[in-house]
Amino acid sequence: MYKQLAEIFKQYEGEKGAVITVLQKVQEKLGYLSKEAISGVAKFFRMSESEIFGIASFYAQFRFTPRGKHAVKVCLGTACYVRGGEEIMKTAEKNLGIDRGGTTEDYKFSLERVACFGCCALAPVMLVDKNVHTKMNLSKVREVIKRYQGEK
Amino acid sequence: MSAATAKETKNITLSINGQQVLAEKGLTVLEAARGAGIYIPTLCYHPILPPYGGCRMCVVEIEKMRGFPTACTTPAEDNMIIKTDTPQLQELRRNILELVLTEHPHSCLICDRKEQCYPYHICIRKVAVTTGCIMCPKNGRCELQKVVDYVGLKEVSLPYTYRELPILRDSPFFDRDYNLCILCGRCVRVCQEIRGVGAITFTYRGPKALVGTAFDYTLQKAGCQFCGACVDVCPTGALIERASKWEGSPDYVIATTCPYCGVGCRLNLEVRKDRIISSVPAIKGAQACVKGRFGIVEFVHHPQRLSNPLIKKDGKFVKASWDEALSLLAEKLQRYKGDKFALISSAKITNEENYLAQKFSRVVMGTNNIDHATRLCHAPSIVGLTEAFGIGAMTNPISDIGNTSCVFVIGSNTISSHPVIALEIKKAISKGAKLIVADPREIKLCQWADVWLQHLPGSDVALLMGMMRVIKDEGLADSTFVQERCENFDAFKDSLKDFDLDFVEKITGVPKAKIEKTARLFATKKPATIIYGMGITQNSHGTDNVFAITNLAMLTGNIGKPSSGVNPLRGQNNNQGACDMGSLPDVYTDYQRVDNPDIRKKFETAWSAQLSSAPGLTLPEIIEAAYKGEIKSIFLIGENPLLSEADAARAKEALKKLEFLVAQDIFLSESAQLAHVILPACSFAEKDGTFTNTERRIQRVRRAIEPIGNSKPDWWIISEIAKRMGAEGFDFSHPSEIMQEIAKLTHSYSGITYQRLEDMCPQWPCPHKESQGTPILHVETFVRGKGRFSPLIYKPSAELPDKDYPFILTTGCSLYHHQTGTMTRKVSGLNALEPEGLVEINSTDARQLNINEGERVKVISRRGQVTTKAKITEVCPQGMVFMRFHFAENGVNILTNPMLDPVSKIPEFKVCAVKIEKE
Repeated sequence: MYKQLAEIFKQYEGEKGAVITVLQKVQEKLGYLSKEAISGVAKFFRMSESEIFGIASFYAQFRFTPRGKHAVKVCLGTACYVRGGEEIMKTAEKNLGIDRGGTTEDYKFSLERVACFGCCALAPVMLVDKNVHTKMNLSKVREVIKRYQGEK
Repeated sequence: MSAATAKETKNITLSINGQQVLAEKGLTVLEAARGAGIYIPTLCYHPILPPYGGCRMCVVEIEKMRGFPTACTTPAEDNMIIKTDTPQLQELRRNILELVLTEHPHSCLICDRKEQCYPYHICIRKVAVTTGCIMCPKNGRCELQKVVDYVGLKEVSLPYTYRELPILRDSPFFDRDYNLCILCGRCVRVCQEIRGVGAITFTYRGPKALVGTAFDYTLQKAGCQFCGACVDVCPTGALIERASKWEGSPDYVIATTCPYCGVGCRLNLEVRKDRIISSVPAIKGAQACVKGRFGIVEFVHHPQRLSNPLIKKDGKFVKASWDEALSLLAEKLQRYKGDKFALISSAKITNEENYLAQKFSRVVMGTNNIDHATRLCHAPSIVGLTEAFGIGAMTNPISDIGNTSCVFVIGSNTISSHPVIALEIKKAISKGAKLIVADPREIKLCQWADVWLQHLPGSDVALLMGMMRVIKDEGLADSTFVQERCENFDAFKDSLKDFDLDFVEKITGVPKAKIEKTARLFATKKPATIIYGMGITQNSHGTDNVFAITNLAMLTGNIGKPSSGVNPLRGQNNNQGACDMGSLPDVYTDYQRVDNPDIRKKFETAWSAQLSSAPGLTLPEIIEAAYKGEIKSIFLIGENPLLSEADAARAKEALKKLEFLVAQDIFLSESAQLAHVILPACSFAEKDGTFTNTERRIQRVRRAIEPIGNSKPDWWIISEIAKRMGAEGFDFSHPSEIMQEIAKLTHSYSGITYQRLEDMCPQWPCPHKESQGTPILHVETFVRGKGRFSPLIYKPSAELPDKDYPFILTTGCSLYHHQTGTMTRKVSGLNALEPEGLVEINSTDARQLNINEGERVKVISRRGQVTTKAKITEVCPQGMVFMRFHFAENGVNILTNPMLDPVSKIPEFKVCAVKIEKE
C-alpha cells in the first residue's frame, strides 16, 4: 500500500492545495480510505490525521470502509422513483442482505443509491459496476444479482 | 497617556450607536466596539484567534454597506456609522440563535423563571432538567447564556434534538460533552492554528457535523498534547477541566510564574477556600503546556508534601518543631565551616532565595562550595557564551523567534522540553520561515523541518564546522560583520581546514550534499536564529559545541539583530536566575568572579565579612569530594542528585558517606531520604519572589495560598539558620528587601524593584530605575567588546560503543514529566499519560536481539544496569537507544558516564555505551 501511496504522492510534491485530489486518487487506487492511508496522506501534507479526516469526511464521495467488488447502484431520481425505484432498491437490499450504503460480509457487493443516470426514458434503472440495467422489475433485479453472485 | 500620543495611536473615528469612538487603525469593527465598552454578542470570536465569521451573532448595520456584515471580520474605517442593536438585528440574531439551540439543551436558557432558579430547585416546567443550565458546570460563566440574555430569546420554535452522545473522558484532565457543543470551532481553530497540533477537527457535515478526531481515535492517539487551550476557549460547558468541574468560580486569582521549564509562562492561579483549583495562562493570548495547565494543583496540594521538619533518630525520621530543627542545624553546621561544607542550591527556588543561599555559604560557612543543577544542563553555555560574547544567556527574546526567516534547532526536542517556545517556531514556519533540525532522533519537530540532519550523538562540532566550511568556501559569510565586530577569525579559519566534508560525512553520518544544502540555506536566509538545548551541552566537549554555535552565528552575522541570535533553552524555571544570583562556585551575582580582588573587596564591604578567594567545587566535584570524604556536610536545597547526577550509584554512595546531610525540599525526594535533617519548604504557590526565565526576563512569583502544613519559604529558613549561627545581614521580613540588596550589588538587576515588577517584566540587563530592560544583547558591540571566534578540533565522545557495549545510549525528556519527576510524578494525570520510563530501540536492532514491544530488558553500562520495558520505534536510528531521565524506578543516570567537560565540568549525559539483554 505504501508503494501505491508513494506513487500518487510523487505527482503532487509541494502542492499544498492538492489534498482532495490526492484523497480521490488514493480512493481510486485502494477502493476506500483506510486508517493507514489517512495517516500516510497526513504525513505527506505535514498535517494531522484528524485534519485530513475532517476534510475527507465532509465529502460524501469518500468512504472509510472497504467497498465490495461490485458496486450496485439503484437510481432513486424522480423518474425512476415514480416508476417504483424504491421497490427495486428494497428488492436489491433483500437479495444482497444489506442496507443501502452497506457492503456484504464477503466484500463482494456494495449497495448505493444514486440520483439519476440521465437515461430517465429507460426507468427504473440499476447499475452494476459500469453495466446499466434498464426497465427493471423485481424478477429482473433478482436475476441480475444472482448472475453476479454465481460468478467465481 | 498624553493627548498628543492618544491621537497618534488612536487614529480613526467611528460612530457606534451614535457614540463617537476613537480606534486604532487596523482593528475590526468588533474590536473597536469592545475597546469602547460596547457589547456585540459573539460565539465563534475569541481574541487570540483570527477572525472567523462563523456564528453570525456579531452582525451589525453599517451605513453605505449592503446587508448585515459581521463585525468580527469587517475592518474598522474612518467615519463609519455603525448600529449594533436595532430591532431588526436582534430579530436576525434570535433566528440564528434558535437554529444553534436546536442542538443545545435550552430549557433553562430560555426559561422565564431563570432568575428565581437555584441549585436543586424542583422544576415542573420542563422534562429535561438534567440537561439544563442549572446542572451544567459552566453555569454562570457560559458565553451562550450571556448571548441568549442579550438577544432576549424567549422561545425556540424549532424542534430540538438532543444528540445523546456519551461524555468522552479519554483525557485525564478534561471531559468532552459534545451534547453541549455549538460548533463554534474555537477549539478546532486553537488546536490547529495556534498550537499547530490539529488533534481535533470538524468531522462529517450537516446534521452529523461534530468536533472529533480521525476515526474517533482517543485524544492521545490523535496527537493531543493536553495543553488545555481548547478548554480555555470553549464558550460552553462542552469542554471542561475535570478537576475544577464542580468548584464554581474562584474566590480570587493570583498572577504568578509557572514553576516548570525555563519558558516562564505567566499563569493565573485560581484560588477557592485557600486551595488552588486551577492554573490558567494569565495573559490574553498567552499559552501554557500540559504541565503548567494541569500539573500544578495536584503537586501543590499533594498529601505527601513535607509539612514538618524531620530529624533522623536511630535511622528513622521523627517529627520535630522548627525551633528544635533550626537549633540542631545551627549547632551542627558550626562544626563544618570552611571547605568541608558544600551547599547545593536549586534552579527551582527564587532569585532571592538563591542569593541568600550563596550569601549563606560564602559569609556564614566561609566557602565557595556552592553550585546547582545548571552545572548539569547549561554550564557549557555560560562558559562558552561568556567567552565568545561576554554574557552567558539567550541573546534574543522568545517572541523574536516567530518573526525569523530561518530557525536552526540543534540538540533540543523543543516540543517536549519547551512546548511554548515550539509554538513560536511553528509560528515562524507558518509565516514562511525555513526550519533546520539537527537531532539523532526523529523528534516531532522533524515533521515541519525543511532539512533534518540525523547526525550521530556527539558529532555536533564536526557537523557545524562542516557547515561553516561550506559557508566560508562559498563566500556566504557575512565578512563585514566578521571584520568589524569579531576577532580571532584567522585562527578559526585555520582550524576549519581539518573539516573537509568527506571527514565530516564520516564522523556525523550525514551525507555531504545535505550538509552543503543546509549550510547554504542557513547562510542565505536572514535573519536566522539558532536554538539549542542539552543535546549540545551535555557532552564531554559541551563547551566546544557551544563555541561551534557561536562561531556559526558570528560567521553569518546573526547576532545583535532582531529575530537572530544564539538561544540556549534553559531547562528549569529559574536556571538563569540561579546563575545570575551567583549560586555558582566561581562567581558572585552577575558573574563577578570570586578570584578578582577588587570584586571580592566590594562584597566583603557589602556583607561585612571575610570571603574566600579560591573558587569552590562544582556539583560533580562536590559529589566526588564527598565520596572521597573531603566534604563532610552538604546542605541540599530542592535538588535530587541521586537521580540527576551521572553515575548515580556513585552519587548515592557519596551522600551516604556524609556526616551531616540537610535536605530542604517540598517532597521527600530520593536524595532527601538519606538526609539527617529534613526541612519542609514552601512551593512556588506559597511564597513571594522572582524567577528569571530563559530569555532573561525577571518575573514575579506571588503567594497564592497559605503555606502547606508547617512548611516555610526557603528564604525564611536560610535566614533563620544564619541568624542562629550569629551571622548578620540576614534580617529580612520579605523577599522584596532581599531584592533591594541584590539590586545594589548586581549591575544587571540594578533597576529592579518589586514595585516596578508590578507593571513590567524586564529582561536584564536592567541597570537603572528608568531602564526598560534589554531584549536583544550585543546590538552595537558585544558585551565583551568584540565577538571571539574559537578554533576547534573534533573530539570524539569519551565512551563510544564497542564489541562489549554495542549501543549508544542517549537521554532526554518527556512532554509530560519534568526533571527528576519530583513534582510531575505526583500528578496522576501526567502519570496516566506516561506512567513509566521505557528504553526506545530501533526495530531492526530489536529484531536482531529478538526483543518484542513491551518486553522487559536490561540496559547495562560499565557503571551499572537498569531494567525497563522496551519500546520499538523508528524514531531512534539503528545502533542507538534512548531513555528519559524522569523515572526513579529505572534511573537512567545509573548508566550515564560521569566524564566531565574539562572547562565547564558538565558530565557526558548524552553519550555512553550500553548493551541490551533480555531479562
